Amino acid sequence: MSASTFGSGIRRREDPRLITGSASYTDDIVLPGMLHAAMLRSPYAHARIESIDTAAAAAASGVVAVYTGTDTEGEIAPAPCAWLLPDSGLKIADYHCIAKDTVRYVGDIVAVVVAESRYEAYDALDLIEVDYDPLDAVVEPKQSAAEGAPQLHDEIEGNQAFHWTVTGGGDIGEAFENADVVVKETIVQQRLIPNAMETRAALASYTPATGELTLWNTTQNPHIVRFLCSLVAGVPEDRLRVIAPEVGGGFGSKIAVYPADFVTVFCSKKLGAPVKWAETRSENYQATTHGRDHVQEIELAATKDGKIVGLRATVWAGMGAYLSTAAPGIPTILHGLMLSGVYDIPAIHEDVYGLYTNTTPVEAYRGAGRPEATFMVERLVDLLAAEIGLDPVEVRRRNFIPKFDDGHDVVTGLTYDSGNYDGALAKLLDKAGYDQLRAEQAAAREQGRHIGLGLSTYVEICGLGPSQVAGAIGFQGGLWESAILRFHPSGKVHVMIGASPHGQGEETTFAQIVAGELGVSPDDVKVIHGDTDNTPMGWGTYGSRTTAVGGAALALAARKIRDKAKVIAAHLLEAAVEDMEYDDGKFFVKGSPDSSKTIQDIALMANVAWNMPEGVEAGLEATSFYDPPNFVFPYGAHLAVVEIDPETGHVTLVRYVAVDDCGPQINPVIVEGQVHGGIVQGIGQALWEEGVYDEDGQLLTGTMLDYALPRADRLPNIEVHSTVTPSPHHPLGVKGIGEAGTIASTAAVYNAVIDALQPFGVEGVNMPLTPERVWRSIQEAQGRN
Amino acid sequence: MKIPVSITINGRQYDRDVEPRLLLVHFIRDVLGLTGTKVGCDTSQCGSCTILLEGVSAKSCTCLAVQADGASITTIEGLASHDGLHPLQESFWNKHGLQCGFCTPGMILASHELLRCNPNPSDAEIRHGLEGNLCRCTGYQNIVRAVRDAAGAAEGGAQ
Amino acid sequence: MFAPEFDYYRAGSVAEARELLDAHPDSTVLAGGHSLIPILKLRLAAPAALIDIGRIDALRGIASDGSTIRIGALTTHAEIAASDLLKGKAAALPEAAGQIGDPAVRNRGTIGGNVAHADPASDLPAVLACLGAAFVIEGADGERRVSAPDFFQGLMTTAVGEDEILTGVELSEAGDGEASAYSKFAHPASRYAVIGTAAKVGLSDGVCTSARVVVGGLVPAPVRAGAVEQALVGQAVTTELIAEASRKVGDSLDDDDLLGDVYASAGYRKASAHAWVRGALSAAVARAG
Repeated sequence: MSASTFGSGIRRREDPRLITGSASYTDDIVLPGMLHAAMLRSPYAHARIESIDTAAAAAASGVVAVYTGTDTEGEIAPAPCAWLLPDSGLKIADYHCIAKDTVRYVGDIVAVVVAESRYEAYDALDLIEVDYDPLDAVVEPKQSAAEGAPQLHDEIEGNQAFHWTVTGGGDIGEAFENADVVVKETIVQQRLIPNAMETRAALASYTPATGELTLWNTTQNPHIVRFLCSLVAGVPEDRLRVIAPEVGGGFGSKIAVYPADFVTVFCSKKLGAPVKWAETRSENYQATTHGRDHVQEIELAATKDGKIVGLRATVWAGMGAYLSTAAPGIPTILHGLMLSGVYDIPAIHEDVYGLYTNTTPVEAYRGAGRPEATFMVERLVDLLAAEIGLDPVEVRRRNFIPKFDDGHDVVTGLTYDSGNYDGALAKLLDKAGYDQLRAEQAAAREQGRHIGLGLSTYVEICGLGPSQVAGAIGFQGGLWESAILRFHPSGKVHVMIGASPHGQGEETTFAQIVAGELGVSPDDVKVIHGDTDNTPMGWGTYGSRTTAVGGAALALAARKIRDKAKVIAAHLLEAAVEDMEYDDGKFFVKGSPDSSKTIQDIALMANVAWNMPEGVEAGLEATSFYDPPNFVFPYGAHLAVVEIDPETGHVTLVRYVAVDDCGPQINPVIVEGQVHGGIVQGIGQALWEEGVYDEDGQLLTGTMLDYALPRADRLPNIEVHSTVTPSPHHPLGVKGIGEAGTIASTAAVYNAVIDALQPFGVEGVNMPLTPERVWRSIQEAQGRN
Repeated sequence: MKIPVSITINGRQYDRDVEPRLLLVHFIRDVLGLTGTKVGCDTSQCGSCTILLEGVSAKSCTCLAVQADGASITTIEGLASHDGLHPLQESFWNKHGLQCGFCTPGMILASHELLRCNPNPSDAEIRHGLEGNLCRCTGYQNIVRAVRDAAGAAEGGAQ
Repeated sequence: MFAPEFDYYRAGSVAEARELLDAHPDSTVLAGGHSLIPILKLRLAAPAALIDIGRIDALRGIASDGSTIRIGALTTHAEIAASDLLKGKAAALPEAAGQIGDPAVRNRGTIGGNVAHADPASDLPAVLACLGAAFVIEGADGERRVSAPDFFQGLMTTAVGEDEILTGVELSEAGDGEASAYSKFAHPASRYAVIGTAAKVGLSDGVCTSARVVVGGLVPAPVRAGAVEQALVGQAVTTELIAEASRKVGDSLDDDDLLGDVYASAGYRKASAHAWVRGALSAAVARAG
């Protein structure tokens, strides 16, 4: 095995334990004397708690304790919001881990039962009597902003959590006044429920004698959990060990540190015993964060030739009843700053209103702000194409940012790193056979069949850092990553890394990075992550940053090792360091490759240290901290082909072709897997998924019977292609790929359906594009005509 | 009320007294500690809890332990033999048919059922046969590849 | 999820099951469990005891005497879907059974448990009504047979009394020139029928001699589409005729009864039901011809 494994689609290192049932997720872990917690959650979206009677529950079989908000008062602080969005009038309502006197969404915790078994804990929940005085609820963000809307928090006027704006480039008013063409649309980015297959869980184990607490948690970022938990639950960071064991997917829903996590910690501390809480799926629907939930009023100004001159938008973003950990940054920084998309847009203005509503808190969900931005831009570009009678391809080409290798400024203030947007589109059109598809579409229309083609050309921001920017945008943490790389005497390697992958496959790609840098076999590299006692600080796996930032830290650590090894090799070969060369795990004197030392030879010598160069420390180990100089900006072009049945409104996704550019691919098989999964989640938004509340705040899609997730039998095989444009500022040139598919695909599928509906004169349909919605849109259009 | 049950799992017989309400999946996971079988929903939708009950697939979250009294069960832990992984485990690994791994035990056992009923499935038949198993990571495509691979079929499957 | 406590008794025979039902007030029959257990887990029901009939072998199997097919209540959806006898003589039933839930559900779920639950979104009630099934119920006074319109009494309600047990269903074999089919609009999450349509037709020299069309999913209990049937009988069957007749399905749907939900409203279901009726009729005609 050699450096060539960097870039090859080797099998994953993590799979043997996963395919045999040997892996341990949080709910699989059992400790001696472990108790079980169950949360009593509010059945009302908005109500005063008049009284709670826990006596019968406390007396029930197997019950050890019942706690309410009175018990946790002063013991655990409110669950924190950790993204203090500046210049936005941000108002953070206290998110009590157990509600004190008012509940504000269906799922707000009212009490916790701790019992000897999970069955007994749930039995006891039924015995707690709560007297609620129901209050009016508001569930829709724009209605929450309206005058006379029910108010969630006494101290927060108009339910407004923040008002954030982005303005860039020329005068937006002038741009619209002078435009030849203006197209407008109102879009509802419906609420989505992430549905990681593993629901959330926490297992807290407190040792009174030492004051130490270990928390196993279904999280994407154990170090953030440790930091926030130390602040909220009163366990000092040095006594608190957070372990993210096997984690069954996150998609953003395992970023937040939740009230139930803090309550579980509280119970363990209080009882001096291990306490496990594991969510049911129904509970997950109510209690684990949701995504999206925007109402967007958008407009685009252009010349009659299709050159965009301005983009203006107002967004009402539903935040739920409280602000989740990272929530304020999602519909603002990660959304508004990306409104230029892949286009040269000279003037942009957006207002974003964050609104409290009587719903489950909204957080990052795969793509987090960027799908909502891409959708806006890609929808507007298609509307412009229709308005001026150009093919959507042509309008895109007239507005693309030209190819660039080392930085391009857009008016929102970002500097994209590198891109060739027309290159990706050209490859897509070629691979898909776009011209022929258009011909087939025309022929099908002649026969009364309705085929639609939808494009989405996107760029996204990921690899979140730099930390200086994090500070400037109010993110209450850093955005660097660190890695420790350690050679053992036998030449085997441990990597301890702060990032916390949970399905993405970095145990493999990180091993490939080490292999590429140091010429070892990936099989000889064990990647250790997810345990705050055994890994250096890390800021988490989200925002497609793990390979981009953590991988860079690891590559830099490997390069430090290489530098040290070269010094040792020179000493052992009795040569000058300047005369040493390195190739594929071997160090040799220039011109004499036969006389060499392998990295394993040097690892052994460094560990036994019998013969080290003067002044060189024993051991072969390096630590690196990588704080990126800029974000990375993957991009691509996607095409969806759909057919609709106008009689019933059914949409069939016939074909999906993707071209993505995430820079050099460390493991193309893993990249492809990320693209597949990402695209399907975006298709889910377009066609099936929607979290629906009734006007009283009851969640109508609260089980997997009601909330439609993508299934195998409703999807075509996706055709995946790529281009490769390295990031100029990244040590490996790599970008991110975790969210790209989701960011692109919703708009592609939506545009395809609207294209199919074009003969009927349909203007817009809300997502998801259910048969009824599509059918009604046709009926309404026919009624108009 | 407790009822004695005798259930053979992966070739080993377990005799226990259980509450009638105990779900088979909780018997497997919590009583016996075989945690490879997962619980992903509470409405029989996700398939994470799929096991082989007398050789055919069943959702162990929708079966009481008392109903399985006397039965022989295979869970993911029992699929590999001393000689190595089951071909489906190999193919899921080879074709990158899993990411977070949570749905994987159920997905592999559902695939086992699929190939039992149809040893040479087309892609469409594979997709149809996996309709009761949800995966949020892979978009299913590499799972379809893995099943096709395990069936020894070429790209595109049987026609 | 975690069901509340209940007692459990296993019956070795139908007679024993009835005795147990009688001896334990507030008890419920457990067959495959695929309708009952989800309800228990969500704590939507809390019976004092379950009477498990799942091991009564006499209630299992599909057999025909040459004119009547008897299907035991414990016969699974998978067994029905795979039955060559049914595929030949009552094709709509295996077609529908093969679309219930998913393979693992079909391996455990039973026809008896399914129809005893009488979920309007279930597939089998409409099919069994279309095929003119008789439901065999055993009680203190012995066996009685109930036709579909009498069996399905409304939302989640059947003719099975508290101390009675549904032991099976009986169907007539399709005669020469007769065939049936099932066409379903499945909910994308639950897989239940948003609209489920069963059709049985008789053809002679291209002329429709008999027709029975039943819709489910959008109504509390299966509804016969008489207007569709009348438009077909006595006519030479063509694609156009089927389409035209199917459009009359709305005549048989009482707006006050129609079910709708957040996914598909009653109005939309009614307006698009004809497409599924047409699908079932077209398939049945193709098989009959």
